[in-house]
Amino acid sequence: MAVDNFPVEAGHILMFARAVGDDNPVYRDAEYASGTEVGAVVAPPTFMQASAQFDPDYFLRPKPGKPWFGSGRESTGIKAGDPAGSTPSEGGDNKAVLHAEQHFEYHRHPRAGDVLTATTLPGKRWVKEGKRSGKLTFTESITQYHNQDGELMVTAKGVGVVTERPVDQ
Amino acid sequence: MALQGKELTIGQVHSAQVVQDLKRTQIVQYAGASGDYNPIHTDEPYARDIAGYPTVFAHGMLTMGMTGAMLTDYVGDGRLTKFGVRFTSQVWPGDDLKASAIFEGLEESVDGTLANFAVETVNQDGAVVLKGYAQARVD
Repeated sequence: MAVDNFPVEAGHILMFARAVGDDNPVYRDAEYASGTEVGAVVAPPTFMQASAQFDPDYFLRPKPGKPWFGSGRESTGIKAGDPAGSTPSEGGDNKAVLHAEQHFEYHRHPRAGDVLTATTLPGKRWVKEGKRSGKLTFTESITQYHNQDGELMVTAKGVGVVTERPVDQ
Repeated sequence: MALQGKELTIGQVHSAQVVQDLKRTQIVQYAGASGDYNPIHTDEPYARDIAGYPTVFAHGMLTMGMTGAMLTDYVGDGRLTKFGVRFTSQVWPGDDLKASAIFEGLEESVDGTLANFAVETVNQDGAVVLKGYAQARVD
């Protein structure tokens, strides 16, 4: 993922905080926030994940005119083996990428009004035998978020996993 | 309000109920806010018929986000220096989640005193759904 322009917007922070059930006014009330230690509306700790909104190629967002693997008339918009489909899988139609781990290191906390860039480097890749879902293929990626002044704000490390079959319940 | 490092004792637990009876609508809200529209989280026919799950399940990052709210309420806004987790079990509609931070000790750094915590979020059956760590600047 490379995101050249990730504007950290107050309205987006408000929506994100609502979605995680966080009613802290520091995420929605600039006047309140100005009287706190941080001094401004800041991004919640996991907000960098929402940079996906600003990644033009993000594969988990439907795009006009392109096949989408979610349901419509049928349970999926992608026919088996359809090479045009943007399935999230690497080896079969029912092998979704699941999120295994996520790590954030906060050098500074982004505020509403900051404009960030995100640069992702591939990390390690490893395979493990899972009890509940067969062979597990893990892939790591490291993303650095810099602000408009070139300062490193947040380093994020994500680990995705492709399971051989759905996780047993 | 930030934490006072010297008032923390090792093993001290801070917990918060971060959701009761998780609604599918909240998962939809998270998809919209985060931009992760993977239908496995919001699209019942896809989740059941194609992905092979009993129903939709929450984004791991929704659980991490709710756990993050427990942390920032505890350590103060803008105080976290690290927060990392493994997603150990799926979170389903209807789940109740309780998030906890367990104090593990202080360390000194150029930025001041840092407190280290183990972090864990469990569901109504006591199953651990998220396990990790956090570090925060304390006074």
